Amino acid sequence: MRDIYHSVTLDKDKCRGCTNCIKNCPTEAIRVRGGKAAILKSKCIDCGECIRICPHHAKIASTDDLKTLSNYKYNIAIPAPAFYSQFSEDIDINILLNALKAIGFDYVYEVAEAAERVSIAITNYLKKNDRTAPSISSSCPAIIRLIQVRFPELIENIIPINSPMEIAGKKAREYGVQLGYRDKDIGVFFITPCPAKVTSILRPVGVKKSYINGAFSITQIYSEIIKKLSSINEADLENLQKSSGQGIIWGVSGGEKHAVDYGNRLSVDGIHNVINVLEEVEMGKLNNMDYIECQACIGGCIGGALTVENRFIARIKLERIARRYGQKFSVDCDEVLADYKKGEYFLKEEIKPKPIQPLDKNLGRAVEKMKHMEKILEDLPGLDCGACGAPNCQALAEDIVRGYAQELDCIIILKERVNELAEKMVALSKTVPPAMGIKEPEEEGTNNWD
Amino acid sequence: MKSYKSDKKYLYADRKDKNHKGKFLMSMRFDISGGNLDSAGEASSTIKSKLKQLGIGYSIIRRVAIASYETEMNIVLHANRGTLSVYVAEDHIKIIAVDEGPGIPNVELAMQEGYSTATEQIREMGFGAGMGLPNMKKCSDQFEIHSDIGKGTKVMIVIFF
Ligand SMILES: Nc1ncnc2c1ncn2[C@@H]1O[C@H](COP(=O)(O)OP(=O)(O)OP(=O)(O)O)[C@@H](O)[C@H]1O
Ligand code: SF4
Ligand code: SF4
Ligand SMILES: [Mg+2]
Repeated sequence: MRDIYHSVTLDKDKCRGCTNCIKNCPTEAIRVRGGKAAILKSKCIDCGECIRICPHHAKIASTDDLKTLSNYKYNIAIPAPAFYSQFSEDIDINILLNALKAIGFDYVYEVAEAAERVSIAITNYLKKNDRTAPSISSSCPAIIRLIQVRFPELIENIIPINSPMEIAGKKAREYGVQLGYRDKDIGVFFITPCPAKVTSILRPVGVKKSYINGAFSITQIYSEIIKKLSSINEADLENLQKSSGQGIIWGVSGGEKHAVDYGNRLSVDGIHNVINVLEEVEMGKLNNMDYIECQACIGGCIGGALTVENRFIARIKLERIARRYGQKFSVDCDEVLADYKKGEYFLKEEIKPKPIQPLDKNLGRAVEKMKHMEKILEDLPGLDCGACGAPNCQALAEDIVRGYAQELDCIIILKERVNELAEKMVALSKTVPPAMGIKEPEEEGTNNWD
Repeated sequence: MKSYKSDKKYLYADRKDKNHKGKFLMSMRFDISGGNLDSAGEASSTIKSKLKQLGIGYSIIRRVAIASYETEMNIVLHANRGTLSVYVAEDHIKIIAVDEGPGIPNVELAMQEGYSTATEQIREMGFGAGMGLPNMKKCSDQFEIHSDIGKGTKVMIVIFF
């Protein structure tokens, strides 16, 4: 998985070119070419929508192989809060974390605990009066990427604080170092609900290098965990569960909003809903908000594309678990605050805009191309059928002016042209050279030639 | 006719072209119907996505987005009908909103932050903070507003690249 840019990729053999995915991609990043889907890397935000929608399971998320654990001397698993919601509610979380450890790790550090820290850091950040309101949460990497690609002007609204995953990675690493391991011998692995997190580990935004070495998806390790759960020995249990409900609740949408304690807060989930809300932010409509929690998946991370449990059931479970572990922060708030003031929670690198290519670098030529595009669009049937391999007629028109497609890719236009051609051929077939001598006119008595 | 001058260096209609040296490139025009909240904001959304395709700088786009949205919403909320036009030139974008409606009796007052005649019902929908006109002005390099009571209102906004 090292050499790829995106976790989400295509299994060419399974892809049937059915066009289901192209219509559901929120950034119109997919085209079907030569009977196979192709993902435009500059547009994909790794949201996983296409993984969910593909009826042939041809969209896949690359994660690590459990064998990579052998590359390190000390391995730490950092499970996302959503992980807790995937199993039977009767299972004690500490037992669950011990089962996770048993599949090949030396220690487990909860991202939920880091989420508590991040909640405290964000609450303090929101008190700043020189921030650009409304502040947008930075925990979902698909949203960060969406903003980079589609809403670059909103980058300044993103809260420049590391995600709970990165903070957990940092804390886990510090723990390993304390035990006497060299940094390079410590392997930190995220147990992920989604491909977006995998990409953000490989291509981190806001930090030079991720604190995390790799990721395993919940789906990937699920059955291993189930096996371990039945063989776990209560006497050998280590105390791994430390977090409170304030961190655990981050796994569902609305959780961040709940744990962060400042001002007017809004929570939005589902990538299409998030796009609508960001459009409104762009138009200055939500300036009265202090904080907007945005999550690409419906229901939050419990609805991630790499989870097992039904998202609605997972939500209820996680809410109950969070209640069980209480509202009181498990971490030392003063310590977090002191670290926050030292700048330890802040992103170290700028988030760079990655806007879509303009139609042309030169404004005058871009305008010409736009006019051309509108003309093409007028000629297209407007059915948005997707048979051309683009998600809708507008996108095809754009592809044509950008030189990636042609008008005849539209099957309706192709059919029209074939019809025209057929008519011409029929007409042609009726015109017979005079030398061949036709009898009919004579029979009808309309022969004026002699 | 009442008119309002922005305190930024501002020019009257007859002189304004002197400041607009950049060649005109294209325009977009949208009909806006008063009271129609269903499609409110659509024109501004389209303007925004077109400007993105043209590769206009995003800080400019943000200002255009806010300015066009506020003008659009003022037509929807306060007037009967109108048009929103956007002109793209080499060095600036001009937004012109013209409406048929009640007009603004006291433009000076309407320009003040927090002044609004919006009904309780409109406020419940999240509008009517009285920030639209002041925000438009903040976003623009040139701002003009003319209102004829009983006839309508005209707003012109110029944003330079
Ligand atoms: N196009 C218009 N036609 C008639 N009256 C207008 C028009 N635009 C603004 N007004 C008047 O000016 C007042 C102030 O406008 P402004 O846009 O600043 O605030 P608002 O529309 O009331 O609230 P907000 O824009 O914050 O939602 C309005 O309440 C209205 O009385
Ligand atoms: S992961 Fe999301 S953005 Fe990327 S191709 Fe699939 S649907 Fe589109
Ligand atoms: S909402 Fe959570 S699971 Fe979904 S993409 Fe974002 S981080 Fe991943
Ligand atoms: Mg207004």
